[in-house]
Amino acid sequence: MELQTAGIVLDFAVIFYCISMAGYLVFLFNQKPVLQKISFYIVSLAVAVHLASIAVYTLTTGVLPVQNLSQNLSVAAFALGIMFIFFQYKYELKILGVFAAVLLSAMMVAVILIPETHGTRTETLKGIWLYLHIILVFTGEASLALACGTGILYLLQEKGIKNKAPGFFFRRLPSLDLLDNVGYACLTTGFALLTMGLVTGFVYAKIIWGRFWSWDVKEVFSVATWLVYAAVLHLRLYSGWRGKRSAVMTIIGFLVIIFTFLGVNMLLGGHHQGFTR
Amino acid sequence: MPKIILIGANHKTAPVELREKMSFSGEEILPALEYFKQNPDIRESLIFSTCNRIEILYVPEKGDQVENVINFIAEYKNLDVSEFKTALYIYRNDDAIHHLFRVASSLDSMVVGEPQILGQIKQAYRTAVECRASGVLLNRLMHKAFNIAKRVRKETGIGDNAVSISYAAIKLANKIFSDLSTKQVLLLGAGEMAELAVEHLISNRVNQIVVANRTFTRAVALAEKFRGRAVKFEERLEAVKDADIIISSTGATDYVLTRDQVRAAMKKRNHRTLFFIDIAVPRDIDPEINNVSNAYVYDIDDLTHIVESNREQRKKETVKAERFIEEGVLKFRAWLESLAIVPTIKALNDKITSIVEIELKKTLPHLKNLSQDEINAIHRMTQAIASRTIHDPIRFLRNTGEHRDDRLYLNVTRQLFNLDIPED
Repeated sequence: MELQTAGIVLDFAVIFYCISMAGYLVFLFNQKPVLQKISFYIVSLAVAVHLASIAVYTLTTGVLPVQNLSQNLSVAAFALGIMFIFFQYKYELKILGVFAAVLLSAMMVAVILIPETHGTRTETLKGIWLYLHIILVFTGEASLALACGTGILYLLQEKGIKNKAPGFFFRRLPSLDLLDNVGYACLTTGFALLTMGLVTGFVYAKIIWGRFWSWDVKEVFSVATWLVYAAVLHLRLYSGWRGKRSAVMTIIGFLVIIFTFLGVNMLLGGHHQGFTR
Repeated sequence: MPKIILIGANHKTAPVELREKMSFSGEEILPALEYFKQNPDIRESLIFSTCNRIEILYVPEKGDQVENVINFIAEYKNLDVSEFKTALYIYRNDDAIHHLFRVASSLDSMVVGEPQILGQIKQAYRTAVECRASGVLLNRLMHKAFNIAKRVRKETGIGDNAVSISYAAIKLANKIFSDLSTKQVLLLGAGEMAELAVEHLISNRVNQIVVANRTFTRAVALAEKFRGRAVKFEERLEAVKDADIIISSTGATDYVLTRDQVRAAMKKRNHRTLFFIDIAVPRDIDPEINNVSNAYVYDIDDLTHIVESNREQRKKETVKAERFIEEGVLKFRAWLESLAIVPTIKALNDKITSIVEIELKKTLPHLKNLSQDEINAIHRMTQAIASRTIHDPIRFLRNTGEHRDDRLYLNVTRQLFNLDIPED
């Protein structure tokens, strides 16, 4: 019964996400500030409703909804929503909402379309270290998704200015400086969260399997992702890879994340196997 | 009808050297307004002075007082009349109103649509009000000007488009850097072009200005003017390290900065973004530098190109703005004309008569048993009350006394009885 409630509430969240996307897309064209404000409130509402859905599920079943691909995607979207609200509140980068709302809607529509499979609920998916691991990794990856978004916006704006052909995006996007700064903030936040996420993951592995590291494919790729971002930050700080290069690198980094998130389980298996079932 | 006269000079009629000599600083305006106030031939006055224009707006008591005002400028600014007379424009009545509205709406600005002008005019108006130099006419006129300027800003896209080279450059700089007030500008070349560029581009908005010039004394002079720093031309590469925006305008026939030099400099500045504005012909900045990561080079042709693509749009918007201004001039004129005594008395009479008639029409049908004589008597009585009521006010308006300002009382009367031509 309550599981059904969680599902219905989730549907409402999807509807709100889609409405906010529509609002943001119209805002992209007509640039009416009020539209951006309203769309932002609707995203926030969607995130709140989404949270309610996750809460109902967790209270009913006693576990977080991270049992299969559909649920994982939903929680990832929720984390993205939270991080978007955080960065929007902090930097007022209005255009970021267009990217976030489109990505959120796409993810949530996918959540609805992917058939729910009921995997065997194992007792391993419990405990404070696991919850910390999940929360940190998801919010970290959400921040890195936003870093990727600002990177894309940066490249769009940069191209227009470099080619001396200020076009559609010139007026609509903020300064390169601001995009670069917000991107960097998303990047450092995401990297810090991801680092802590990995550490808690190791602790959890030690508790469950008795060892920190077991050469699991997912583990290997997660650490590879972490290394990519470590390299981005290092190059930025010590070799002046800012601006365009940094933007390109954050986009590449996020592609690696997507592969780690989806590809590894689909193609390679491993002990996160329930993840994409 | 009262006269409104505007005497002024702007960036189109006077070169910068002359404008500098003629301009009234904040401290100079007050005594000047005080002088006009003491002058019995000038009823109201207002002075507006920026780096691009000086405008004196006044209402003469008798005659037009143009000679007197021009002589006053000469005396006050220590100039010879012949020095600046040819740069002056003198507008009367409708033309003066029209010009003022255009200035306030930023149609007469060097950079059409720039937003600062309205604030500057408001400041000038406040000063005039504070020392009571302005009165009924100019106060009303200025408020009208503010309204029109707001309408132009709101309903036309005139402020949206980059329409001049320097404005286009500023727009670009704002899309590259988020906060210009923390940025350093390096000027290569200290000629007139550089000076103009800085004056209209950045003088108030950037953090620091560094000037490098082949003739060092000239660099020092220019740096002093903008409260900046001067460096030797040979030190320019060192200066590139700390600069964010580089404006180049030397007379050199060869590039003064090459790609390899900038590449090397970029490394030292940790690849922070660098924006080159090359207004020299032939060019100073190697266009290849645009291919260096995080460096952007715009030469005069690039900027002109951007301006051109905005110009068509601006034309349409200007036509719209001019229409708003024409409307404003017509309305203000109608108000001015209404300030004459006869139309006011007529309007007052019409109003009170119409009130009497409306009330009679409402009341008479309810009084059933009246004879025709009685009805006529009531008519006569109500009309007598009406004309008695306004008799004294009208007599007062016809002769307000020697030292009083008729227009003030006419204006008050129109406001008290709500006789004004409806606005908008």
